[in-house]
Formats: sequence, structure tokens, C-alpha cells
Amino acid sequence: MVGYRYRDDIATADVAFEAWGESLEALFAAAADATVNVMVTDLETISPVVQRRMEAGPETVDMLLFALLQELIFYKDAEQLLLRVGRIQISSSDPLQPPPGSERGRGEPATRSRQLATSPSFDQEDTLRLTAELCGEPLNPAKHDLIVDLKAVTLHRFKVEHTARGWEALVVLDI
Amino acid sequence: MATVKDFKKISDTIWELPPGYKVGMRVPARIYATQKLLEDMDAGVVEQVTNVATLPGIVEYAFCMPDGHWGYGFPIGGVAAMDAKTGVISPGGIGFDINCGMRLVRTGLTHDEVKPHLRTLIDRLFARVPAGVGSTGFIKLSQSEFRHAVEAGARWAVKNGHGWEEDLELTEDRGCIAGADATKVSSKAVERGFKQIGTLGSGNHYLEIQVAKPENVLDADLARAFGFTLPNQVAVMFHCGSRGFGHQVATDYLQLFLKVMEKKYGLRTPDRELACAPFSSPEGRDYFAAMKCAINMSFANRQVILHRIREVFSDVFHKDPADLGLHQVYDIAHNTARLERHLVGGSEQQVLVHRKGATRALGPGHPDLPDIYRATGQPVILGGSMETGSYLLAGVTGGAQTFNSTAHGSGRTMSRTQAKKRFHGKKLQQDMEGRGIYVRTASFAGLAEEAGPAYKNIDDVVAATEQAGISKRVVRLVPMGVVKG
Repeated sequence: MVGYRYRDDIATADVAFEAWGESLEALFAAAADATVNVMVTDLETISPVVQRRMEAGPETVDMLLFALLQELIFYKDAEQLLLRVGRIQISSSDPLQPPPGSERGRGEPATRSRQLATSPSFDQEDTLRLTAELCGEPLNPAKHDLIVDLKAVTLHRFKVEHTARGWEALVVLDI
Repeated sequence: MATVKDFKKISDTIWELPPGYKVGMRVPARIYATQKLLEDMDAGVVEQVTNVATLPGIVEYAFCMPDGHWGYGFPIGGVAAMDAKTGVISPGGIGFDINCGMRLVRTGLTHDEVKPHLRTLIDRLFARVPAGVGSTGFIKLSQSEFRHAVEAGARWAVKNGHGWEEDLELTEDRGCIAGADATKVSSKAVERGFKQIGTLGSGNHYLEIQVAKPENVLDADLARAFGFTLPNQVAVMFHCGSRGFGHQVATDYLQLFLKVMEKKYGLRTPDRELACAPFSSPEGRDYFAAMKCAINMSFANRQVILHRIREVFSDVFHKDPADLGLHQVYDIAHNTARLERHLVGGSEQQVLVHRKGATRALGPGHPDLPDIYRATGQPVILGGSMETGSYLLAGVTGGAQTFNSTAHGSGRTMSRTQAKKRFHGKKLQQDMEGRGIYVRTASFAGLAEEAGPAYKNIDDVVAATEQAGISKRVVRLVPMGVVKG
């Protein structure tokens, strides 16, 4: 239950997508892939050669996702890197919230982050922190079939929400 | 979605939604379009232009130009003026690609003189003006040199040998908007942009060799005044912006404004992308000074690209660029907020005009025009799709009704995903070549997204601006060769 799909019916000149995952971490990884997939046809052509670590927060859950996607766009310009999410952890820095414990690699089960997700106020509080390891390699037109450049993550209709199937996001990217 | 009957018809090309249309609207919204263009506009335009009408300090009307389409925050084609004392500034009213704009360069060459060299010219331009995802340019600057460059704009470029003094006179704000302050720009923005001067970008950015066919000269006097004097005269038009630097400046301040907007200033907007701050606040002033750096980065970027065009033509024709008549016609910005003086309620006052996917278009006699265009009005460069062509227009006195603003392009009508499903990049390239248009692209998928049918009919859009009295047609330019990002 992880994935994304592009939406034809929002923001004509730009690209909108929905992403989903059972856990918040899985959603973030899916949204990151949806973002990079706008620039590169086949994500599997991106080899995990270099790593960049990022931290963000304390923030609300949606602005953490904004920060993650923005970081991917930043590295594309600043270091000409194409990156995907490797390890990622989202935790609450509020001592009253359940302890962090959702660190995991891509594709591993997300049991502990589901615990986090059940916290009723989790999607409203602004005390969340993200640490992530972004993995990828320098962009190379001979190896990567490049499509179109991304300018920014917009906040138009931007949302991250907890639903029956886990976590979902709607994102419009500026082309 | 509002239908045509929801609008009050002011004229055949002006359609109004009153403040009662949506809670919070402070002024009416006015869409400039023929009935056909209005009916074809997507639902997002109405939602967004009426959202703009709720912004604090907005005066007169929230406008949308005939090429309007669904953007984020403002619609693309959106124009709004805010009272400079009581109004707000919003990054969502400018766009991430600050000063995305157009530059037009004429040549003293005709179609027949250029045609035999077309492939070489386009191939070399493709090599010398890097395009596509994450591309970097040939100018090596340190980050501190870049900070200086973005304060000085095209003036920096000319001073460093990338252009002629006359180019500055023929650029909006003379290539350097005053008040740019690089201390208001984050190091992230500098890191994103400092290697990108002289690059095209991607998406709808392009560089084209075009021709002005005699049948497409629509106003011979104005065409002559803008330097189009030969039958089938060739020109070069390009569209690009402030690259990653401007995108990051906008992103940084969007995030900052979200934090202070409600908590510090008690402001709410119907769409978070319209996040704003009072123009007179420290945050508003800082963004204005940083945004001006992005305006200047874009002027510098287009100035360097102009220089590359001169180098390439000079190499191919073995002549000095001046002997080839490679003079800039004009350079205009699409995505800006500028302090200007306009009539509000009958008296002149200073307002902050946000234009997002809209062009400033000054009429004859306006004091901000360079002397050479004082009598004609400002040249307005309107980029169309790569298959159908573009326009050179002129500003008119009647443009005061929209704070001297007009359309900026043909306006998209089909989503990028749909276009990719319908068109195939390689085949499109071959088809266009069959029609005599030579195309080089950094991405065939990206090329498919820019197919002609993905856009509105540009002839309809420019006709609507002329009919509404906000700009006037001068020359229609059709592509011979295209470089796409």
C-alpha cells in the first residue's frame, strides 16, 4: 500500500500528484519518488552512490513533507544530484507524544510508525522532526532519461492527512 | 465552476465577478477574454482570481489576462495592485520563477540567408545555452561574486563583457531593478543558483530562431520602429527566468510568511500558496529586496544568453555581431511585483503591482520607456507554443485600465501528463522538421509536453488583448528553429 499517481485535473501547467503509504515514513518516501519521477523516467536508473543527510523540524507534518521534497529539488540544482529516500525517521519532539522509533529502510514494515500515526493530534502538532538519508548519484543524461526540471513545491491544495488506508498527500509541483 | 452567466459582462472582452461572489472579496474580479476564451478557461482560474480579490490592500480589481489558466496562488495571467501603505506582498502573486521573462533580438538577416545555416546555428545554440534538468552554465563565479551579480543584474553581465551598453537601455528596469539586497537572500538560494547564469531551464522555456513573414507584419509602422524592416527578417526569441536561485528565494519567503502571517499579523488567506505579509513589515520588505535579487539574476541570465547568441551567429556567419544587426528589441519580465504609480479611484497613488504570468505594457509617452520607444509604446514579447508562433505587440494608452498589463503567452490548456500521452517527442520532432522547423531538445518527453495543441490559440489571445484595448499586435513571428529545455 505505497504508491503515487499523477493527477491530470489540477493545475494545468504544472504537475500534481497523490501519494500514499501505510506509515508516514512510507508516504514520505512515495512522495519523494513521485517528485523525482517528474524529472527522471526510470527511478531504478538512479544508483545509491552518494548520501546526503537532512534534518527538519520542529514542524507540522505537512511542512515536514514540504521540507523533504524541497531538499530533493535543492540538491538537483546545488549539486546536480538525483536522490531518493533511504532511511527516514519522523518523530515527535514533544515529550508527551509516544517515543520515536520508526527508523527503517525502504520497503521494511512500518509497524512502529503506525503507532505514531495513531496519535490523535499527530497531524496537527508542530513539534515533529524529520531525519532522513537521501541516496542517489549525480545526474547524467547518458544514464538517466531526463524529462522536465522542477522549480518548487507549491502549497496550492497541499495536504498530508491520516486516512483509513494510512497516510495520504496531495502535492502540486511547479514546472 | 462559475459559468458565463455568473459574470457581469462589462464589454465583449471584460467579464466581472462582484465582491458578493465569494466571502472575503474586497474588490471585484475581472477576467479579460472573449466569450470563447472565457468558456474554455479551467475552473481554477475563477477560484484563484477571486481568492486574489480577498488579499488585504488590493485596489480596483483582481485581474486575469486572456491567456489565464490554473496556477497556484494567483492564476497564471493574474494581475493585482496592492496599496503600498496598507497592502500585502505575496510570493504566490509573483511565482517561484521570479522574472521569468522574454527577450527578443532581431537580426539583419533574412530567412533565405539563415536557412542554409539553420541546423548549425541551432546545434551550436543548444550546446552554448545549456538547457534541461539541473543544467549549469559556462560562467564560473564564486558565491560572493554571484551575490554581487544578483544585485547588479544585466549591468553586471555587460560590465563583464557579456553584452553591449545599448542592451541595458532596452531591458525592463534597464536590466537592474533598484533596491536588490543580497543580504536578504539565503545561502541555499545562492548555492542553487550560482552556477546557473546563462542557462535556459526547462518546461516551457525555449530559445527560437523565428521569421517575420511579410503577411505577418500587422502594423508596418510599429514593426519598423521596433527594427523589423526587411521582408522575412529573422529574429531570436527566448524565454527563461531566475533558475534555481529565484525558485529558492520564493520558497524561503513562502515558508517565512506562513509562520508570521497569522501569528504576527493576523492575516488569513483562502489558499496557503497566497501566504503574504504586510508590504511595510520587516518580512515584507526583506522579501521585496530578495525578490529584486532574483529579478536581477534573471536579467543577468538573459543578458548572458543574448551574448551567446551573438557569439554563435558571429562564428557561423564569420562576421561581427554588430554587422549582423544583432540588436536587442526588448526584454520583459513576467513574474514580478513592482512599485508603480497608477490611478486608483481617480487619483494617482503608489501601488505594488503583482504580475504572475502577465506582462507590463506601457503605452506611448510613458516616462519609464526608453527614448527610442517613447512614441511607440513598449514592445511586448508574447511567447507562443513552439509549433504555432509568437507575437511582438505594443503597449497602448488604454492599458492603464489593467495597471498597464497584458497577456504573457498563449496559455496552457492541456495538462503535461495528457500531452505526454497524446504526443510522442521523437515523432513530434520529425513532424516539425517536415514542416521546416528544426528542433533540438534536452528531453523528448519534455518536448511532447510542449506540443502546440497543449496551448490555447495564440491568435485568439492576442486578438482579445487588442480588442480589450490593453495591447496592440505588431508582428507575428513563426519558428524556424527551436531549442527546448
